[in-house]
Amino acid sequence: MRYAMVIDTLKCVGCSDCVVACQTENNVPHGYCRDWITESVSGSYPNVELELKSERCNHCDNAPCVRCCPTGASHIVEGGVVLVTANECIGCGACIESCPYDARYQHPDGYVDKCTFCHHRLEKGQLPACVSVCPTKCMYFGDLDNPNSEVSQLLKNRKYKTLAPEAGTNPHVFYLI
Amino acid sequence: MTTSRRKFIKISALGLGGLATTSSAFNMFGVNSYLDAAVKENIAKKFVRSATYCEVCFWKCAAWAYTDENDDIKKIIGNEDDTHCNGRLCPRGTGGVGMYSDEDRLKTPLIRTTINGEETYREASWEEALDLIASKFKDIKEKYGPESFALLKHGSPGSHLEHLFKAYGSDTIAEPAYAQCRGPRETGFGLTFGSWIGSPEPTDIRDTKCLVLIGSHIGENMHNSQVQEMSDAIDNGATIITVDPRFSTAASKSKHWLAIKPATDIALLLSWMHVLIEEGLYNKDYVEQYTFGFDQLKEHVKPFTPEWAYGITTIKPEEIRKTAHIMAAAAPSVIVHPGRHVVWYGDDSQRERAIAILNGLLGSWGNRGGFYFKESLKVPKYPHPEYPEPRWGWKDIGKQYPFAEMGITSELVKATLPSEDNEYPIKAWMVAGTNLINTLPEREKTIEAINAVEFLVVIDTMPMEITGYADVVLPECTYLERYDGIRSATNRIPSIAVRVPAVKPKYDSKPAWWISKQIGERIGLGDYFDYNDFEEVIEWQLTKLGTSLDEMKKIGVKNFERTSGPLFLEEGQEYEFYTPSGKIEFYSQQLANKGFDPMPVYTRHPEPPQGFYRLNYGRSPMHTFSRTINNPNLNDLKSENTLWVNPKVARILGLKKNQEVWLKNQDDIVSTFSIKVRVTERVRWDSVYMYHGFGHNNKKLTRAFGKGVSDTELISQTVIDPLMGGTGLRGNFVSILTENPHKTSEI
Ligand code: SF4
Ligand code: SF4
Ligand code: SF4
Repeated sequence: MRYAMVIDTLKCVGCSDCVVACQTENNVPHGYCRDWITESVSGSYPNVELELKSERCNHCDNAPCVRCCPTGASHIVEGGVVLVTANECIGCGACIESCPYDARYQHPDGYVDKCTFCHHRLEKGQLPACVSVCPTKCMYFGDLDNPNSEVSQLLKNRKYKTLAPEAGTNPHVFYLI
Repeated sequence: MTTSRRKFIKISALGLGGLATTSSAFNMFGVNSYLDAAVKENIAKKFVRSATYCEVCFWKCAAWAYTDENDDIKKIIGNEDDTHCNGRLCPRGTGGVGMYSDEDRLKTPLIRTTINGEETYREASWEEALDLIASKFKDIKEKYGPESFALLKHGSPGSHLEHLFKAYGSDTIAEPAYAQCRGPRETGFGLTFGSWIGSPEPTDIRDTKCLVLIGSHIGENMHNSQVQEMSDAIDNGATIITVDPRFSTAASKSKHWLAIKPATDIALLLSWMHVLIEEGLYNKDYVEQYTFGFDQLKEHVKPFTPEWAYGITTIKPEEIRKTAHIMAAAAPSVIVHPGRHVVWYGDDSQRERAIAILNGLLGSWGNRGGFYFKESLKVPKYPHPEYPEPRWGWKDIGKQYPFAEMGITSELVKATLPSEDNEYPIKAWMVAGTNLINTLPEREKTIEAINAVEFLVVIDTMPMEITGYADVVLPECTYLERYDGIRSATNRIPSIAVRVPAVKPKYDSKPAWWISKQIGERIGLGDYFDYNDFEEVIEWQLTKLGTSLDEMKKIGVKNFERTSGPLFLEEGQEYEFYTPSGKIEFYSQQLANKGFDPMPVYTRHPEPPQGFYRLNYGRSPMHTFSRTINNPNLNDLKSENTLWVNPKVARILGLKKNQEVWLKNQDDIVSTFSIKVRVTERVRWDSVYMYHGFGHNNKKLTRAFGKGVSDTELISQTVIDPLMGGTGLRGNFVSILTENPHKTSEI
């Protein structure tokens, strides 16, 4: 089992529904977020291109945040999901510094928080909250170890990229382009 | 849109110090990810879900509101069976929680009073506030007749109050959603196809081969199922053509973006017709069978070559031809979308006529991938005595505009201004669910009218600019806290949805049905409100519809079979359109009879003077007009608007990213607040752009106050649509001020 998320940038409209849905699902306090939208514009009028992306923790295979965590609060569970155990976290912030994607934040209660791929929902056989609400259905989630899964098929048949591949983290959020 | 993650995080991180005291919180629900499964299951079980339909915009998606064991609304999720949302709400619907939890909500009735020479509000009981309002209803009726009390409304609360007003004898009713938004398209399509577009639009986007958007920014307007279908169309390989001076999100999804010079759309539409007709590419069988006036149209568009249009629109002739060819190749599976907010330049009904005619030439109306024949279910009327016949009403006030089919809010405002020869004097207003100050152009006039009324009562969930002008303010509870009318909407299939309170009304807020009934009973109209609770009304209606409130509470939405026939025309099917000729009218005798152009013509509109830029505005996907800006969940996503400026303009004016500027329009109106510059290639050099709804100046909106600029306050010029009274809003120009013009005065 290897969970991955695939996001189709050709369909994402940058509406941020994924952000609000995550905030309400995971009780993320106002002013913080586990996922966020980036917009990049290139070219010049009237030959312009726009890419909208929903970003979050990449649940990296080679996760610097886990390696640098002094207490072991940051760890990887089955399916490759990177999690933080709140009551083991001392809030030192080393992981925040080490993450090339700026995916982690310090919760006002003192520990470090980030996207969990909605692990509590996966356990119940549900999709992550962001994936389940996205109005354009541009987000896909599934098991990369299964060659027939939607995510495997999409990556087989479509052009895609990952973010900051040069960081060598082996991220597991993929963007169809 | 969040572009930088660092910026998004507004509260700085807590250090180690916070840890010891808060560790107990770790065992509470949702504090962090990795609770043990049993605990989570347990908590999840305590969620109770209630059926509702979303009121954050007019799309009215059916949803489930989830409450926890403390009776707090935790999340709202779309109803899987609903055709408006297909189980997925838009960000505003998901963030609807914030409408309920917003601590700035109106909490108790308020009555205007003077203390030490200063006007202020004092808290009042419902009893007192309602008595006062009832006395004004009686008063106005005695002095001027009930017609002089006007209702200006939006959304679900509006229909309850409409009932009260009609029972009282006033049909002086209007909503800005008509003449300040979608009215012209209903007129343009009505005159052509004999049918309104209505809401949701009957566009078969999911199965289209070609979607043409004329300034319509689907994806930034989150009209839910429509956005979803546009995404399906992308998956299906449909060609999207977007005509917009701004590189909208939709433009970025388009194979062809026509970066048109603002205010020239009709020229493009005419030249598309020219190409289709001259090259014989129009849908000949369809035109033959279903349309009227083709020969006149052919003659009419002869001169409108792509070369002619190029000079006006700046779109290259080959691009005009190529896109016309794409539409023809896709026809009849093509949609030239009517748009929604279409009050632009005052000839908007005629532009919509041009769009409708183009659809007629392509044969898209009544064909798969074009426009389907919508259907809805008629909800039986709960019995009540007949309404009295008013002596005059919205129709008379707008009689200058022969094709107006709803009240024109801006005309009601005019009828409120004191004048000697006013046939239809309006003396009092009730405003429900619409922030007129930020909805209507020409703010000075609105305020003049407000100053002229003898009585103004405002019903809303939030303190808005308009509430600050009221004599009495009534706090309405949110859609999550009340029963409301049954949602029956036009769609591919008829469906109904119910709204059941998920929680009790917070603070001392009340539902609009209760307010109407209370006022009604106080002015002797109790017979019109023959129930104790609105629940009884929908229970009665649901039984008539073959279901029950109990069943609907469990399913939320019920879909029905169509009874009006198939979604689309069958090959060669006889079909009579609801127009005078029974056909799709390319040539409109109705228009000719009233002295209007029977076929659309292009007219030139004013251009920005030296040093000015056309003020364009649109929707942010995270907000609905000005009403959601203070919502804590949605404000978190977008708390202020920015001024989109082309890099060339930025260079000339020396503007930097995020620099604060003020705007001054052609009438010397200066923006109350400043706005940050966003330098972007997505906007033309002759115009600036901003999201609508920001720049609130009611201090009671603690999050929204003073954030960004209100486009509405800078719209002091309108061009009125002579057909239906729509107010063209896009002919306003602004210059950019880098020095604070308010330095000496206090805001
Ligand atoms: S909800 Fe979907 S469409 Fe909206 S921003 Fe997120 S990924 Fe993009
Ligand atoms: S994205 Fe950042 S937080 Fe997530 S696993 Fe990779 S390094 Fe760690
Ligand atoms: S489109 Fe969004 S805001 Fe409008 S009713 Fe649907 S979920 Fe609510």
